[in-house]
Amino acid sequence: MHIAVILKQVPDLVEEVEVDSQGTDIDRDSVKWKLNEFDDHALEQAVLLKESSGAEVTAVALAADGVDQLLYAAVARGVDRAIRVTTASARTDAPAAAAALAGVLADMGVDLVLTGVQAVDDLHGQLAPILATRLGWPHVSVVSRVSLEGTEAEVTQEYSGGRMATLEVDLPAVLGVQAAPRPPRYVPISRLRQVMASAELGSAAAAAAAPALGSTVTRLAAPPQGQGAQMLEGRPEAVAEQIVALLRERGLVEA
Amino acid sequence: MPEVEPERVHEDQRLVFEGMDISGGWNRMFEQRVIWQHDISALDRVTGIPGAESLGYCYQCGKCTPACPVDHVGDYSPRKVFRRTQVGADLLTSPDLWLCTTCGNCLRVCPKEVNMLQIMPAVRERAVAAGQVPAELQKAFENTFQYGNPMGEPARKRADWVAEAGAPVTILSRGPRPVDVLFFVECYWSYHPRGRDAARAFARTMATLGIDWGILGAEEKCSCDSQRAAGERGLFEMVAEQNIATLGRYQFQRLVTPDPHAYNSFRNEYPRLGGAYDVSHYTQFLAPLMAQLPWQRELPYRVTFHDPCYLGRHNGEYDAPREMIRQIPGLEFVEMFRCKENGYCCGGGGGGMWLDSFTGQHTQQRLSERRVREAVETGAEMLVVCCPYEVSRFEDAVKSTGNQGKLLVRDIIELVDEALH
Amino acid sequence: MAGVLVYVESDGERVAPISFELLAAARELAQSLGGDVEALVAAADTGPLVGELGAADTILEVTSPALAGYLPEAQQLVLVEAIRARKPAVVLVGYTSAGLDLAAGAATATGLPVVAYCTGLRAEGSDVVADSQLYGGKLVATTTTSTPAVFSVVAGSFAEANGHAGGRGERIVTAPPAGLAQLRSRVLGTTGAGGGAVDITKAERVVSVGRGIGGADNIELAEELATAMGAELGASRPVVDSGWLPKERQVGKSGMTVKPKLYLAVGISGAPEHLEGMHDAGLVIAINTDGDAPIFKVADYGTTCDLFDLLPAITALLKPAG
Ligand SMILES: Cc1cc2nc3c(=O)[nH]c(=O)nc-3n(C[C@H](O)[C@H](O)[C@H](O)COP(=O)(O)OP(=O)(O)OC[C@H]3O[C@@H](n4cnc5c(N)ncnc54)[C@H](O)[C@@H]3O)c2cc1C
Ligand code: SF4
Ligand code: SF4
Repeated sequence: MHIAVILKQVPDLVEEVEVDSQGTDIDRDSVKWKLNEFDDHALEQAVLLKESSGAEVTAVALAADGVDQLLYAAVARGVDRAIRVTTASARTDAPAAAAALAGVLADMGVDLVLTGVQAVDDLHGQLAPILATRLGWPHVSVVSRVSLEGTEAEVTQEYSGGRMATLEVDLPAVLGVQAAPRPPRYVPISRLRQVMASAELGSAAAAAAAPALGSTVTRLAAPPQGQGAQMLEGRPEAVAEQIVALLRERGLVEA
Repeated sequence: MPEVEPERVHEDQRLVFEGMDISGGWNRMFEQRVIWQHDISALDRVTGIPGAESLGYCYQCGKCTPACPVDHVGDYSPRKVFRRTQVGADLLTSPDLWLCTTCGNCLRVCPKEVNMLQIMPAVRERAVAAGQVPAELQKAFENTFQYGNPMGEPARKRADWVAEAGAPVTILSRGPRPVDVLFFVECYWSYHPRGRDAARAFARTMATLGIDWGILGAEEKCSCDSQRAAGERGLFEMVAEQNIATLGRYQFQRLVTPDPHAYNSFRNEYPRLGGAYDVSHYTQFLAPLMAQLPWQRELPYRVTFHDPCYLGRHNGEYDAPREMIRQIPGLEFVEMFRCKENGYCCGGGGGGMWLDSFTGQHTQQRLSERRVREAVETGAEMLVVCCPYEVSRFEDAVKSTGNQGKLLVRDIIELVDEALH
Repeated sequence: MAGVLVYVESDGERVAPISFELLAAARELAQSLGGDVEALVAAADTGPLVGELGAADTILEVTSPALAGYLPEAQQLVLVEAIRARKPAVVLVGYTSAGLDLAAGAATATGLPVVAYCTGLRAEGSDVVADSQLYGGKLVATTTTSTPAVFSVVAGSFAEANGHAGGRGERIVTAPPAGLAQLRSRVLGTTGAGGGAVDITKAERVVSVGRGIGGADNIELAEELATAMGAELGASRPVVDSGWLPKERQVGKSGMTVKPKLYLAVGISGAPEHLEGMHDAGLVIAINTDGDAPIFKVADYGTTCDLFDLLPAITALLKPAG
């Protein structure tokens, strides 16, 4: 059993995310990057599967500044190998990533691909369904638990309102992981530094070109925002009405 | 559990020894007593960890138990840790591992020099390596790694407090120049709203004194002393190396910090990593300058003072903060029963700052709550502190012990600032 | 090539609220782009669902025993087949679990562009201009996409009320795609909400109470509101310390970190240790009699009404009449 877990870095939203001078993309030089939190869970799920079933796990990421650090962290967390995939295009959107990764994963002969269900910059769709559709494999997103039985995976899929279903998927398949059954484990920094000094990252070159998107970003900007709370005035009944109206307007309670 | 065999007795019916007949009861001997038949491999596993050897020295005199602040609110002291480990409890998975605040009071009284300040970080390091870290603490470690502070605040906002300081503050990363004093602000004065109040008061006081000083700004990272005590030595070393490299890029005569934990690491830990500085706690730096301050008014408060463990017991400084308090006009000072060498611990050290829920589940009250009660008993209306952890801890404890309105918590520097305006 | 195709979500018995929002959006787009509003509904039995789809001009019904229970693979096959057959200019899918499965998958299978996280859509000539919430809502991206294209739409972006009527409601029954006979995945079972231990970190709505609630007896007030809102109860530390609510509901530095779409802070002052556990919440509304409480610095909306007056008033408005 060979599992690939696809990792990517996203802007750390705790820090400022600024827009570039063209006003259509983030200022990629000033951004502080971190591992996509859902990929972090996919990684934990992969390592848990390795521990429970003896599967071999390879962490895979598109080559970019800072990605090595992320792959070393994955090795320190317990994956068997880490591979950086180089591409001809500088694009990192999900359709481009799927095009680059599909061939590499097929060559690696993986049985199961895990990745985060989404990322904060997935403007052009999420990786798991795009990758699976390209590979012609079944896929399930919003997964919160995976177990392996022979050539099948049993997964829990979550829906809004706390409903859940258990699905069985024939392998090979791609899963978009929402949460691992336990929080991602801690890696002591001493181990991370050891890994960085000793582990070797593999690499692979993607053959496929990035597909056209058919969609262009014309503007990227912060939404209008006030400072502090807007105060709701009036008697309790009137304030209650304003609050309920707000919630309904935003679809936060049923109308 | 170890097997306990019945005592075995040896008695020779007839025995003559050097001409003396000591037959029967006269020569009765007992085999090793039950205590030796315990399996002590659990203790061996702990004392085999480099740094934790001294746990094995304990001879159960019990002097540490009344000295340990945790035992006052729970069931924990070095004597108990030794005994539990000796009879087979696994310290690595026991809650005992995370209760010590590394306050140092036991070491002061222990005849055998059982050193929890070394034992705890060393054993915790093993637990961290095995992935057995309480979740709150893990979050603090991860935040420190990612953002350079345990709260997970953006690095870029580290110097935001400067904007409302009401006095100029040189941020060296924005415009490097040689300064006399490099002020290492540390995380709680940089980010916590009450810490920022103190940082601003400090900036105004420095301006009044006309001192040439600057801060690192966004480049500064947590000194990581508490992360080290909490078992993350690797993290400590990595961040310390970064801080040493950053400090190496600027010219300054001396390093001053408001955080006793940072002070401790600069004084005792950084030199081993190649970072040797002339460092002082801000009370040590300001106490000799107090006479120069143009006081504007008297502060009519009855105050008491809490010694930070890492300034007092760890580094022997009890006088500088008291000297500052003495010189602020108008204050009436009362000591608490537990003070100076025997000062009670606020509970924030050794990672306690990030184990609030965990410790709460294994003690009857927070150490900070007990300390606030002690402060109230003195009749003081103000608890004065000089460690950035403490304002947040004690203000919270004042509320949770129902003493709101009875006791205020202030950093010394806030009182200095108040008396100057 | 015309019209707007809406992928209808359901649990087999009732149409999900998001689908009505999509139908409302589809009507607006169809008015500019031309063509019909088409609703695709795929289930084992579409009977109970079609009656709710009066906002569509045509209702494309696909029924098959293989469509019992939601299975991403089966639904994607049906959606792809419908896109190929009907050639709509725009396909709308909700940004829900199903949307995460299907929007990008179906777009890839049909070679169409896809734009995710949409909160606003309008036609410009034959293009669609969309606003998408990126970076956790910190930035909004405006895109221009040539049609045909697929869009996944965030709940709460369009008025659900406009998605119930106004279409011709013609029914077109379509044969299920052949692929349904060779599925490589199966539904084993489903569980409803409410099972298992509380996990406030996953809640979409949190009503969090602080010391201002005054005592264990008053928790009931917040509980009733939470029930009426479909929210989980959270708490500040003093509430947990006092034993008024259990530890697993504590929000903050030494408790849970929550990221709900709605965080209602009731009688909470907003200490930094508390804020650490909820700063990523979506809409924050604070109720606190002290207008200077720091919670108002992080809240979007606030009120200084007494919580004892306000909570019952909100609950009353949310409870179904009668
Ligand atoms: C190390 C450490 C860790 C901590 N971890 C956490 C943590 O994880 N989570 C946490 O929450 N706290 C934590 N704290 C405690 C934190 O510092 C605060 O003390 C706590 O959050 C305050 O809780 P509160 O807002 O409910 O209470 P208070 O600060 O007492 O606020 C109560 C509020 O209710 C308002 N109020 C009163 N009556 C009414 C009424 N009738 N109607 C409307 N409003 C009313 C008041 O105006 C007041 O603002 C921690 C503290 C420390 C030192
Ligand atoms: S260092 Fe302090 S808290 Fe730790 S065991 Fe000794 S006395 Fe107790
Ligand atoms: S004071 Fe030292 S020797 Fe005595 S019981 Fe405590 S740890 Fe043991």
